[in-house]
Amino acid sequence: MRPEWKDFVGGKWENEINVRDFIQKNYHPYDGDDTFLAGPTQNTKDLWAMVLDLQKKEREAGGVLDMDTKVISTITSHGPGYLDKNKETIVGFQTDKPFKRSMQPYGGIRMAEKACADNGYTVDPEISEFFSVHRKTHNAGCFDAYNDEMRACRSSHVITGLPDAYGRGRIIGDYRRIALYGIDRLIEDKLAQKNSTGRVMTDDVIRLREEISEQIVALKMMKEMAASYGCDISKPASNVQEAIQATYFGYLSAVKEQNGAAMSLGRTSTFIDCFAERDLANGTFTEEQIQEFVDHFIMKLRCVKFARTPEYNQIFAGDPVWVTESIGGVGVDGRHMVTKMSFRYLHTLTNLGSAPEPNLTVLWSTRLPQNFKKFCAKMSIQSSSIQYENDDLMRVTHGDDYGIACCVSSMRIGKEMQFFGARANLAKCLLYALNGGVDEVTKKQVGPKYRPVEGDYLDYDDVMAKYTDMMEWLADVYVNTLNVIHYMHDKYCYERAQMALHDRDVRRYFATGMAGLSVVADSLSAIKYAKVKVIRDEDGIITDFETTGDFPKYGNDDDRVDSIATELVHKFMTMIRRHHTYRDGFPTMSVLTITSNVTYGKATGNTPDGRRKGQPFAPGANPMHNRDTHGAVASLSSVAKLPFMDSQDGISNTFTIIPGALGKEDKVFAGDIDLDLK
Amino acid sequence: MQGRIHSLESFGTVDGPGVRYVVFMQGCPMRCKYCHNPDTWEVNAGTLMESDYIIEQYERNKGFYTDGGITVTGGEPLLQIDFVTELFEKAKAKGIHTCIDSSGITFNPNSPEVVAKFDKLMPLTDLVMLDIKHIDDEHHFELTKQHNAGILAFAEYLSEKGVDTWIRHVVVPGITDDDEYLYKLGYFIGGLKTLRALDVLPYHDMGKVKYEKLGIDYPLKDTPPMDKTILLDKKKAIINGIKARRAELGES
Repeated sequence: MRPEWKDFVGGKWENEINVRDFIQKNYHPYDGDDTFLAGPTQNTKDLWAMVLDLQKKEREAGGVLDMDTKVISTITSHGPGYLDKNKETIVGFQTDKPFKRSMQPYGGIRMAEKACADNGYTVDPEISEFFSVHRKTHNAGCFDAYNDEMRACRSSHVITGLPDAYGRGRIIGDYRRIALYGIDRLIEDKLAQKNSTGRVMTDDVIRLREEISEQIVALKMMKEMAASYGCDISKPASNVQEAIQATYFGYLSAVKEQNGAAMSLGRTSTFIDCFAERDLANGTFTEEQIQEFVDHFIMKLRCVKFARTPEYNQIFAGDPVWVTESIGGVGVDGRHMVTKMSFRYLHTLTNLGSAPEPNLTVLWSTRLPQNFKKFCAKMSIQSSSIQYENDDLMRVTHGDDYGIACCVSSMRIGKEMQFFGARANLAKCLLYALNGGVDEVTKKQVGPKYRPVEGDYLDYDDVMAKYTDMMEWLADVYVNTLNVIHYMHDKYCYERAQMALHDRDVRRYFATGMAGLSVVADSLSAIKYAKVKVIRDEDGIITDFETTGDFPKYGNDDDRVDSIATELVHKFMTMIRRHHTYRDGFPTMSVLTITSNVTYGKATGNTPDGRRKGQPFAPGANPMHNRDTHGAVASLSSVAKLPFMDSQDGISNTFTIIPGALGKEDKVFAGDIDLDLK
Repeated sequence: MQGRIHSLESFGTVDGPGVRYVVFMQGCPMRCKYCHNPDTWEVNAGTLMESDYIIEQYERNKGFYTDGGITVTGGEPLLQIDFVTELFEKAKAKGIHTCIDSSGITFNPNSPEVVAKFDKLMPLTDLVMLDIKHIDDEHHFELTKQHNAGILAFAEYLSEKGVDTWIRHVVVPGITDDDEYLYKLGYFIGGLKTLRALDVLPYHDMGKVKYEKLGIDYPLKDTPPMDKTILLDKKKAIINGIKARRAELGES
């Protein structure tokens, strides 16, 4: 056994790249409470004060503190950057100084230029010329191949948020591999992979060989970048500090080269804990030191920045990176996977204060240990910063070493990746069905010229028949647009760093999404159970509705309307599945517009459920605001009926509650109103 | 049997132990000045629902209520005591924890007919949360337009019958925050054998909006919400009363 692996339980993982096997053989489930946790060290406090100061300066400067306009960002493009070299136990920034945003033009030069211009910077003209004349970008490739229909759908927003001008993201490298194996071993493995490809040079084989070569280049660059910080990651990490550092260097390489729509971290905490337990047992580090490494690691993740345009920030409500880290869950052998490190990660919300990034996500199971559940509840109340996902649901298809990309997209780490596909606006599609493909806002013929509805009142069967036809059309143009996008992204903006930390043969999820589910469900329910009169404008286009009578609304655990929502998800997914997908992507769908529901709503006219033109949709699979009148359980039950197998990329529900409504103060589950007569 | 229901809440966390399915029943004879549910007063309003329907709704999501159960509140749920009895019969058959959140106003110890009905309901009831608005009858009448004799008798009845009881009391600045009366309240409830908890609630004015909607004048327009920091002192005043009574009972 290698000296760095001393005291670990050996197994298959020694002879093949198999992080899961290592974790399963070496992790220590922790059932205790949070009393072991250590507070922030003075160095942590000092460094965090510096970050807060930079954040303040950045806000004062209008959102961006500094941008690189000359150097195209690669893994090794920038020298080392520090906050305070003597105090940082985990190092590395995207550029040579903190809060300086890197330039990443491969997704699209115009986006890069605009991101600079909108923030008062100018891209070096030579670089602009290079990417307009000599080197094509992903964005240019997409528009070369788009047809007129795709362009029309794009501008009417019946399909929105397409990753055709920016990085698609949603790919998680198995950054832990660097810590466990070291770069040299990973390069060896990649060389063997390259020698294992088919001998007949089909398109697929040629592409794979070229990609593996790119991956090897990326691995070498990672080693070089780490060396510039004085770290050697050619070998396995020998303690917990090195393990965190190596994992972070892997992630850092990814965010140096990809400005993706979501750049998630994976599932690192229980892996890292294997090193921490060994160090604690050997007396290498104290609890306080280990917490300091974790605090510094999380601090770095909070400093990841990208150059983006105001429009982009509008779609995504702010400037999110989606550094999602998945914590906890239960193993397929029945042992829960909560370790002390799960507590330490969440404890950063106390040591550094709450923050939206990294997006700490608890893989929730009814079988998680009670102490951890209590700790999660406490931290949720304290910080409002924890996301929860249903591990019991996802473990069935993904096993116990998957992670979440972005907010809900699940994938096995290092074995599966995703082609991110934004989403189709199902509410607008319904209006297209009523108006024979004419856009209700622009009055342009966007969809096919099918027969519009006739008469003054909407008939459910008639509308459903027309809507089904229009959905078929939308699924077709949507999937084909995504085929173009992912072809071009692979060609011009390939994620070599992340893919270097994947197996040779990965499963590619072809992710689609829908927006406006609750709007459509309620609209169809209104048509079915109430009386909906249409109002046409001077051009004969239906632009408004008059609804009389009450109708069941999604979000009240009422099967009459919940079944409409469920059926809609199933139906659209079935339509998506009928199409060819690029690289045999496995089609999935999500119902998850956490933030962009506002922009989708803006582009959509009045709907039969009573929602007014421009009014936001509900986020994700949420019921429409104020329409769920039976309390949280009924509301959640409606959402829970949506079929996961038809929405495997995730279903999100945004849940807000004032702590007081959860019970007495923060002792929610403690039942603390017993008489104290002492 | 059908009951008149104001609304259903599937995620109640402040109406008894655990997460509870809460049935807000329509109709109330009290007219408490600080009432935050004036829309539940009218006796003939609400939606008619079968007790089976409510049990069915509960059962659909019973996984959420493992440490909780059903609470009937209102309005005054015991205005429809026959309905509540039927509902609780069905609930107990399924092993559901049952709780009544009541003002106790409908109890009359001198009416054998009323007592018989309560005698039937109590064995089906796991917990009563009794809201005593004011210990002094004159003030009680001023505050609620009802006398408190029946209410206090109900408390003693619960004690005799061995029904677990939580006493709730809302502290309203200038109306129910007098330390002497709070002590007296404590002294009274200190004599209850089944007292399990004391829940002292700060007055809030979140009901105001409903009054505007209903076109009713809000009686506490000029009363500020209760300062929560003072609340602990008020609770202490009640507890002092309880201790004093308990001490006396211990001596005798």
